[in-house]
Amino acid sequence: MSLRIGVDIGGTNTDAVLMDGADRVVARAKTPTTPDIVSGIRTALAGVLTPAPVEPVVAAMLGTTQCTNAVVERRGLRSVAILRLGAPATAAVPPFADWPDDLRRAVSGHVALVRGGHDFTGQELGPLDEDGVRRAAASAAERNMAIAIVGVFSAVNAEHEQRAAEICGQEAGADQSISISSTIGSIGFLERENATILNAALTEVARLATTSFAAAVRTACGATTCYFTQNDGTLMALDYARRYPSLMLASGPANSMRGGAYLSGVTNGLVVDVGGTTTDIGILVNGFPREAPFVVDIGGVRTNFRMPDVVSLPLGGGTVVRREAGSVSVGPDSVGYRLTQEGLAFGGGQTTFTDVVLSLGRAELDVPVPRPSLEPNLAENAYRLALELLERGVQRMRPSADPLTGIGVGGGSVLLPDCLDGNVEVVRPDDYAVANAIGAAISEVSGSVDRIVAVGARGVDAARDEVREEAIARAVAAGAGSAAVRIVLWEEIPIAYLPGNAVRLRAKAVGPLGDS
Amino acid sequence: MTRRLIGLQELEDIAMGAAVLGTGGGGDPYVGKLWAQERIRARGSVELIDADDLADNDLVIAAAMMGAPSVIVEKIPSGEELAAAFHAVEEACGGQATAVMCIEAGGINSTIPFALAADLGLPVVDGDGMGRAFPEVQMVSFAAHGLSATPMAIADEHGNVTVLRSISAEWAERLGRALVVAEGGASVLAQYPLRGRDFKRAAIRGTLSLALEIGADLRRAGRQSRPVIEALTNRLGGAVIFHGKVVRLERETAGGFVRGGVVVEGLEDLAGSRCEVKFQNENLVAIADGSILASVPDLITLLEEESAHPVTTERLRFGMRVYVLALPCASLWREELGLAKAGPRCFGLDLDYIPFEQRLAAR
Repeated sequence: MSLRIGVDIGGTNTDAVLMDGADRVVARAKTPTTPDIVSGIRTALAGVLTPAPVEPVVAAMLGTTQCTNAVVERRGLRSVAILRLGAPATAAVPPFADWPDDLRRAVSGHVALVRGGHDFTGQELGPLDEDGVRRAAASAAERNMAIAIVGVFSAVNAEHEQRAAEICGQEAGADQSISISSTIGSIGFLERENATILNAALTEVARLATTSFAAAVRTACGATTCYFTQNDGTLMALDYARRYPSLMLASGPANSMRGGAYLSGVTNGLVVDVGGTTTDIGILVNGFPREAPFVVDIGGVRTNFRMPDVVSLPLGGGTVVRREAGSVSVGPDSVGYRLTQEGLAFGGGQTTFTDVVLSLGRAELDVPVPRPSLEPNLAENAYRLALELLERGVQRMRPSADPLTGIGVGGGSVLLPDCLDGNVEVVRPDDYAVANAIGAAISEVSGSVDRIVAVGARGVDAARDEVREEAIARAVAAGAGSAAVRIVLWEEIPIAYLPGNAVRLRAKAVGPLGDS
Repeated sequence: MTRRLIGLQELEDIAMGAAVLGTGGGGDPYVGKLWAQERIRARGSVELIDADDLADNDLVIAAAMMGAPSVIVEKIPSGEELAAAFHAVEEACGGQATAVMCIEAGGINSTIPFALAADLGLPVVDGDGMGRAFPEVQMVSFAAHGLSATPMAIADEHGNVTVLRSISAEWAERLGRALVVAEGGASVLAQYPLRGRDFKRAAIRGTLSLALEIGADLRRAGRQSRPVIEALTNRLGGAVIFHGKVVRLERETAGGFVRGGVVVEGLEDLAGSRCEVKFQNENLVAIADGSILASVPDLITLLEEESAHPVTTERLRFGMRVYVLALPCASLWREELGLAKAGPRCFGLDLDYIPFEQRLAAR
């Protein structure tokens, strides 16, 4: 296989790498992220494609924060018609019950609660009210709303959701984006509903982001297949990304972790991504990011999205250090990407965390700068505070007290000490500064299934096979070549308190990029 | 006469206070809170009245939810079934209730009665049957005083209502569970119809206003753990019995309970010490370096240092910095009558109960 491009759009920088068939980095570029996003992408692409490579570029992968930003900034979101299946159950708590007002206003469309849904054994609570579904779909289509379908216990039985989606497709047209909760979240009705609504609301943002990236790639390197990174550190094809934009939420930290794993050869460890403003700490398990265990808050909304488990600390290379009333403070504000103008070491007037580390002689930058001179007391106190913050983050994330490898990635990782929290030895692989773009470029395509199975007459083996096959089918739908897809994650979790033997089955299938 | 109005903010505070009194368990009050807030938004605030406001012949009935937590978070009620159960108990008792009550002041069942009270335009009476959260239905002050849990009514979202008369609280629990399973794993119920005089005699009083005040303390303190701890220890007569970070965590689900323990390694002046907190849904006992610091029925609550919020056993994780707080239980639980229902031996712990204040003083 020949050349691939990985692009990562972060809050501060847009990074790109060009990699060859043996996964070697051929070229790298770093450029400030632009407000319109796409001109930053063009600059980064030009950076790795000059001089033009002799071989064709066969694939381009994008990791982007656009979906996260759209939710956080309430920008570009579609209004959503919510179709709940389960009446009269669930009426006690209507949709959007716990949303921040501004986000609710940006997203809230029509709400319909119709009969349908299942109980925990997968039996119908009642027959699906198809006429009710039809009416709701027509009304959503009339007002050009995206549709979110949520059925009670759809993680156990998704039939009603699928049937409702079919009807909505007939009524509203295939173009109307329809999000189905059983493909998005797990048990926990309100959290899954929220996740589904956000997915539906993001469909326009995803359409624009995928289209503009594909166009920029086509202009820069001709006919190339585009992929988008998911937040579990795998890829999906363009069509799949448009249907499941929520899978792009928090894909940035996942890319850094995958890149860190690839560059260091460490598959189980801790990744410390030091940027200009923040430091993200995550955990690698078998080369993939560990998942967050609880409900995840996105833009003030409680969801049960699958997300990487990351702690974000207010400490980066540009974090401002001050002496105030005799005591020293570190951040949380930062000069961010202006570090190379405003930092002391670069001739500016702000004392930053970078200056503290340089003045103590604890690190050197790739581009040599004069060692800034700080009062020793200030530097030492600030360094101690920063280290304390880092070590608390490490303590929160590390799975046990056993020795662990820490992988430093991101532009600011040179500032890290060689050892954290007693026995976390820090390594800094080559190309650490563009680990996120590398993480995007080296990844494979995946598909996941998360389902609750009531082990009744049917037996658990049939259910296992079904879940496995569906995960593989989803990986293929997401763009994996069907021949080499394999199951990389399999979990069986007994569900506490459920009478009978209910078990939650989770499968993830992964395969290399397809030929298309 | 004490009356206060419970609106949206107050309910938020009660839910937070109930998490402190939930001592690590009690069920997620989230769904109950949203439900009650929805009804308060539609029908207006709910009055919280003092037990002394009840006339001796007044009828009060407890409203609660029963079932598997994993069903409660999935099959959300319709909102109509609680009133149906409540009216069925009224009918069985041949009278109209003057107030709604809470069976427990910790966890999910501290918020659900407010949804019903808002719908019916009834007050909630300030008190409950536990003063905290306990896992089993006989661990209720009313049962300790020999009061009957029935007639009890169980209702589901389809409109099914079943009225039960049982010979004991244990039977009410057993029959109730069977019905709940048949109805899809979670239902609502109305139980313990009590006369005003019995409530005044047997309830643990003032626990909802206490939860409200605890929640307000936490809100006012922001995410600062020191003021939160000061407020909690002052208001409840509690004490910080340990401070450190989680270094070991064992959790398993068995027989409808989450059992296990967490080991906290001491920080600062406690460096070198270790404290283990064992739990069965709720926290049961705290042992540091071989000596017991506190045990049930006293409340043991873990407070996360970073957020200054109470931590449930599900949310505990390695590396988390926590304060271990001991809070005194209601005086009933320290008496022979109470210890027989909810003393350490009722949880399979081979130890004698000594109030944590005495244990601390002896150290």
